[in-house]
Amino acid sequence: MELLTVTINGRRLQVPAGTNILQAAEAHGIHIPTLCYEEGLTATGACRLCVVEIKGARKLAAACTTPVAEGMEIYTESERVVAARREVLRLLLANHDLRCLTCERNGDCRLQDYCYRYKVEDTPYEGVLREYPIDSDNPFFIRDYSKCIRCGKCVLICAEVNGAHVYDFMERGIDTKVTSAYDDNLQETTCTACGMCVNVCPVGALVEKSTLWEGRAWEIEKVTTTCPYCGVGCQLKLKVKDGRIIGVAADKSGSNRGHLCAKGQFGWDFVHSPDRLTRPLVRKNGRLVETSWEEALALTAARFRAILHRYGGKAIAGLSSAKATNEENYLFQKFMRAVLKTNNVDHCARLCHSSTVAGLATAFGSGAMTGSLDDLLAAEVIFLIGANTTEAHPVTGYRIKQAVRRGTKLIVADPRRIELVKYADVWLRHRPGTDIALLNGLAHVILQENLWDKEFVATHSEGFDEWRRVVEKYPPERVAQICEVEADTIVRAARLFGRARRGCIVYAMGITQHRSGTQNVMAVANLAILTGNVGREGTGVFPLRGQNNVQGACDMGALPNYYPSYLPVEDADVRRRFREFWGTELPAEPGLTVTEMMTAAAAGKIKAMYILGENPVLSDPDAAHVEKALKNLEFLVVQDIFLTETARLADVVFPAASFAEKDGTFTNTERRIQRVRKAVLPPGEAKADWEIIVALAREMGYPWKYPRGPEEIMTEIARCTPLYGGINYSRLEEGGIQWPCPTPDHPGTPRLHAEGFSRGKGKFHPVEHIPAAEEPDRNYPLILTTGRNLYQFHTGTMSRRSRLHQLRPHELMMIHPQDAAARGIKDGDTVAVASRRGEVVTRVQVTDDVPPGTVFMTFHYPEVPTNVLTNPATDPVCKIPELKVTAVQVSKAP
Amino acid sequence: MKGAERGVTAVDLAKETHEATLLLCGGTGCLSSRAREVFTAINLVLAEKGLAGKIRVKLTGCHGFCEQGPVMAVKPKDYFYCRLEPEDVPGLIEALLSGKPYENKLYRLPGTDRAVGRKEDIPFYKKQQRLVLRNCGEIDPEDIDDYLIRGGYRALEKALGMTPEQVIAEIKASGLRGRGGAGFPTGNKWEIARNSPGSARYVICNADEGDPGAFMDRSICEGDPHAVLEGLIIAGYAIGARQGYIYIRAEYPLAVERLEKAVVKAGERGFLGRNILNSGFDFDVEIVKGAGAFVCGEETALIESIQGNRGMPRPRPPYPAVRGLWDCPTVINNVETLANVPLILNIGARRFAEIGTEQSKGTKIFALTGKVNNTGLVEVPMGTTLKEIIFAIGGGIKGGKKFKAVQIGGPSGGCLGEKHLHLPVDFDSLIAAGVMMGSGGLVVMDENTCMVELARFFLSFTRQESCGKCTPCREGTTHLLRLLEKITRGEGKKEDLERIEELSRNIIDSSLCGLGQSAPNPVLSTLRYFRDEYELHVEKKICPAGVCRNLLSYRIIAERCRACSICKKACPAGAIAGEKGKPHRIDPELCAKCGECLEKCPFEAIIRG
Repeated sequence: MELLTVTINGRRLQVPAGTNILQAAEAHGIHIPTLCYEEGLTATGACRLCVVEIKGARKLAAACTTPVAEGMEIYTESERVVAARREVLRLLLANHDLRCLTCERNGDCRLQDYCYRYKVEDTPYEGVLREYPIDSDNPFFIRDYSKCIRCGKCVLICAEVNGAHVYDFMERGIDTKVTSAYDDNLQETTCTACGMCVNVCPVGALVEKSTLWEGRAWEIEKVTTTCPYCGVGCQLKLKVKDGRIIGVAADKSGSNRGHLCAKGQFGWDFVHSPDRLTRPLVRKNGRLVETSWEEALALTAARFRAILHRYGGKAIAGLSSAKATNEENYLFQKFMRAVLKTNNVDHCARLCHSSTVAGLATAFGSGAMTGSLDDLLAAEVIFLIGANTTEAHPVTGYRIKQAVRRGTKLIVADPRRIELVKYADVWLRHRPGTDIALLNGLAHVILQENLWDKEFVATHSEGFDEWRRVVEKYPPERVAQICEVEADTIVRAARLFGRARRGCIVYAMGITQHRSGTQNVMAVANLAILTGNVGREGTGVFPLRGQNNVQGACDMGALPNYYPSYLPVEDADVRRRFREFWGTELPAEPGLTVTEMMTAAAAGKIKAMYILGENPVLSDPDAAHVEKALKNLEFLVVQDIFLTETARLADVVFPAASFAEKDGTFTNTERRIQRVRKAVLPPGEAKADWEIIVALAREMGYPWKYPRGPEEIMTEIARCTPLYGGINYSRLEEGGIQWPCPTPDHPGTPRLHAEGFSRGKGKFHPVEHIPAAEEPDRNYPLILTTGRNLYQFHTGTMSRRSRLHQLRPHELMMIHPQDAAARGIKDGDTVAVASRRGEVVTRVQVTDDVPPGTVFMTFHYPEVPTNVLTNPATDPVCKIPELKVTAVQVSKAP
Repeated sequence: MKGAERGVTAVDLAKETHEATLLLCGGTGCLSSRAREVFTAINLVLAEKGLAGKIRVKLTGCHGFCEQGPVMAVKPKDYFYCRLEPEDVPGLIEALLSGKPYENKLYRLPGTDRAVGRKEDIPFYKKQQRLVLRNCGEIDPEDIDDYLIRGGYRALEKALGMTPEQVIAEIKASGLRGRGGAGFPTGNKWEIARNSPGSARYVICNADEGDPGAFMDRSICEGDPHAVLEGLIIAGYAIGARQGYIYIRAEYPLAVERLEKAVVKAGERGFLGRNILNSGFDFDVEIVKGAGAFVCGEETALIESIQGNRGMPRPRPPYPAVRGLWDCPTVINNVETLANVPLILNIGARRFAEIGTEQSKGTKIFALTGKVNNTGLVEVPMGTTLKEIIFAIGGGIKGGKKFKAVQIGGPSGGCLGEKHLHLPVDFDSLIAAGVMMGSGGLVVMDENTCMVELARFFLSFTRQESCGKCTPCREGTTHLLRLLEKITRGEGKKEDLERIEELSRNIIDSSLCGLGQSAPNPVLSTLRYFRDEYELHVEKKICPAGVCRNLLSYRIIAERCRACSICKKACPAGAIAGEKGKPHRIDPELCAKCGECLEKCPFEAIIRG
């Protein structure tokens, strides 16, 4: 970086070229006041509070918009500067609702801070205060423009980060006011309730409803932690008062840069839900009744011991949780393996990205995202396939939109018209279940037109010739037929991707949740190797992980065939090492996957299950079958924060602590290990999952002891998990670290495969189009595909117990107008949806966002258990079920 | 047909064979005083008498002498008629046929009965040097042949035979500076844009003329649209742009219409579009209409507006020449600047540079308005003194009153008083006097103008036009206006003057764009040159010009009152009392200070103090 020499207030300083005066000064501890500048947003120079004097310049310059120049002589607090700043403050005060006594931002208000700093006690100007009606119609925050200083940050962050463009200014001069379209209340606009406007507001114009009258700024403790929803791993600050969470503030230490979505910002209140489990429950006379920890633990240990004794470890299975911390996942798989003597441990990653882990591991040598989320901003082209980012991973959606705004080209492959289609240069609306054909077709064109990276392929890959022979069978004309996309569009997309020097491929469950999931992922990997788009800035393969800690749960070995760090169970050497490390005998045979466990349970081969923080009755395919399997068990233990649909079937229920009530770490989708911090106490007698597992292990006769809690568990993890070898809590205080981090002095790894692929060479895998297991036919003529919506999460356990619930209170199946008309269905009607396995009743939304022949549902609503319909047909390699393609019929409900 | 033929020589010369040509002004001003009816009447008479082949009548652009409109010049004898009405037409044609002037409507020197027959002898025109306005009033702006006959598009042809660098060098050598107000050297701006990296380049003609009382750009666009277009195309060629824009106020419908027609015609003749004049240069022009915000004349706000955003300025640097429209290098030139470009290429930079002063080359067009006899459009060489413009050309102050001040540069400019009448008008002399050239508005004030009220007027304009983005301008202009209003209401305090000065300084010092940075200029310049007037308002509660209503009192001089009761009847407030035969009195409590009594009194018995 080029350094320039400038003088600020007489100090000669070295500052990087290209920075503005405000940044340069701040880096040297000189704080220039500002109301409108926000790192990452366009500097508008609107408030004029940051003006500084530059020697030789006729007028004062705004520090936020003036780049530093060599030899610049800057005065940040000269008499002239202070006079101008005082004037700005006096002017703002004259037009400001000065009811500071009861303002929520009293004590945390920039206007107040700067008036104090510049001793502006009053304004000589007669007030011209405008009284505006307060908008408090939305469930989350209020807008009071009598307190607005027109800094414009809300306008900017909504447009430049979220992309919703809800706000702009109306009127001119002193009448200027922030407004929404038609000056409507926010609920009538494109607002996605991300609340970022609230977080950037420097005054009290935008205030979270939940904090209203709850406490003064100085009474509120802010605890930095990690969002418990999706895998993006946003950092945020919980606002805590008197042992309760009252709100969320932005935290800029993570790769989310302080940006949040509705779930992170407003979805936390499930923590204080009256539905929380507060005492252990045991089944007595067929009913779950409250009991003491002693009884519940003793009973559980006794039952496990008995079943273990009678049937052996193979008859016991456990589901760990992608919502629990790394420490808890580690202990859980250790408990299953070392105490219950079984490798039958798995978790929901099986249902989302097991194909990624399998596919990328064989192609690249590691099953994780190759780059960092920031690489998206450096890409020339982003190819997004099977990922509805703006709803399922909203903050990553923001990044893609930001990249596009800065000139990155975007290719979207998705059967649905997802929001990012609006931003796309090319949209490939392929038929569900035809991803391999599409990816092979793109590779075909890239080969044909010599757009591939020959040098990279020659030096960094193997298997090219064999693969090429398969891809040659996928000319665009043929692919067009399979995928129902025009050949020209395929060629256009291929050229766009092939010609870029830096390309990212982003995908999610649209790729993985197929019976060809592993091959789908390999097809993605093939394209990345072919174009040399791995290991460099602005390149990479980006599987977006669904759960907050699904990456970590995998890393911790909550998998039937891997110990922590993906060390194979079958490797005798590895097994010996863990036996010695844990000091007990370990089973040798790999265990069962989630789907296999259910089949085994239904068949009576699994007798007992221990389910931690998962709700398979709603989340797994063919839910009726799952319910039947669980009912067939001799003994079921469920550990959760709520009495879920699964917990209702249990013999023992342990009340667990939520993310806000414990310490630990989550690992996000870009392999970043980040802290989770205890902000409040668990309700009643609920305990952290790790505490419950330890107590149970001790009850079973294993003297586990972690007096220093999760921090100490992490020390143990670091000792047996090479990827986490250098992780400890004191390092994490300064921010997350991306694995591999083998030693305490290792800085972490933002980009995998930078020095060549982890497995040596990237491997091309010849993969062929495989039709979905269930193609539509006369009886079931439509394809059902499933996913998430922005405001709800998974089985709704958390999100439907928060205010988010109000935004999308019920399922709305999407159906194309043509298909609706053929069935006499109108928007808002109630319909019955049936597959070969079951039937559900739901309301519909008639929209051409889905193509004809395809319907779309989420699985957030227990009253509409979509997975009753889905097909448990699985990928033979990783056993992921084909949740994305189910043949269904739809008819108007009587 | 002409449409099929291209280039500068494809001209229909048949239009030049008439024995006489009537050049009737079709500018907005004259049109609003019935010029179109006069035009129709002339055509009717010509048709009736079968003279259409002998006499041609053209509806031209503005002749500049708006005060006298509708005006008309007659070629070849150069007679000049004023305030024409349709009824004049038969007599006028008769006179024309008999080779005599139509005496009735010849120009008469003010205050005399002396008619001046020929246009060039009229003092208003005599002292001008109409170079940029060379075609205004001479050609039919909707007829491209008229433009071509007078050498139109020759400059473009010449430019396309040069390298872009040579064109830039020529403009630089001419010393042309931007006529939009700031006076930045045009050639340098072009050079910066040409040398800045970017995937595309754009050139924009700024026709968003918004200063109150200014109509230079409108008149050029209405009177000689092809000259603007030709300048724009040459600028595009010089900087390497393929797309140009003309950003014009929607409130200028006639200018918009004529420019639109010009764009179509120029395209038909091969001066626009692909491969212009077989040079390989492609260039298109789009006309964008502004929605009426004054601030959109500020170049970055203008760019935002073209991009479809709310017109709010953005910080500079980066300057548009480096990063402008769609983040590409963009040259934004004012209408008058671009209209100078063909002139420079035609007469050569050296000859152009001989006009004007050392640092300000060429001519400048002013819109002369206010309390001056000859309001209208005036083009003079840079360096002409204010006195020459106001008195020699403008014919002095209306009604023989005393000159008090002149506001130059519109709401961003400032006020100069009598001692500045000898000031040569050029960019740098004006800056030195604490005002600025601006785009060319000149508002003349007489002794009956209150300078505080004048400052208040301009402030009320800028306050209303502030876009609301930056604090000092958004909030500050309102409070500055309130302080001025306080003074004109007679409630001003001494410390208010200090507050006004301090606030003004801070607004200038810290506002984001030129609007805010110059908004207090009318206040500061009047305070600087007419401080005593402010002080009288504040300390003695007197408005010496007799304008500020709250500071006025009306009194009846008993000796002169003939008790006719006319004033009593005229008073809308019922403030005048008096019996028959006795002098009347005004009750100051009830008086609304409307001045109606003073107007009506036949005996000048009422005075204002």
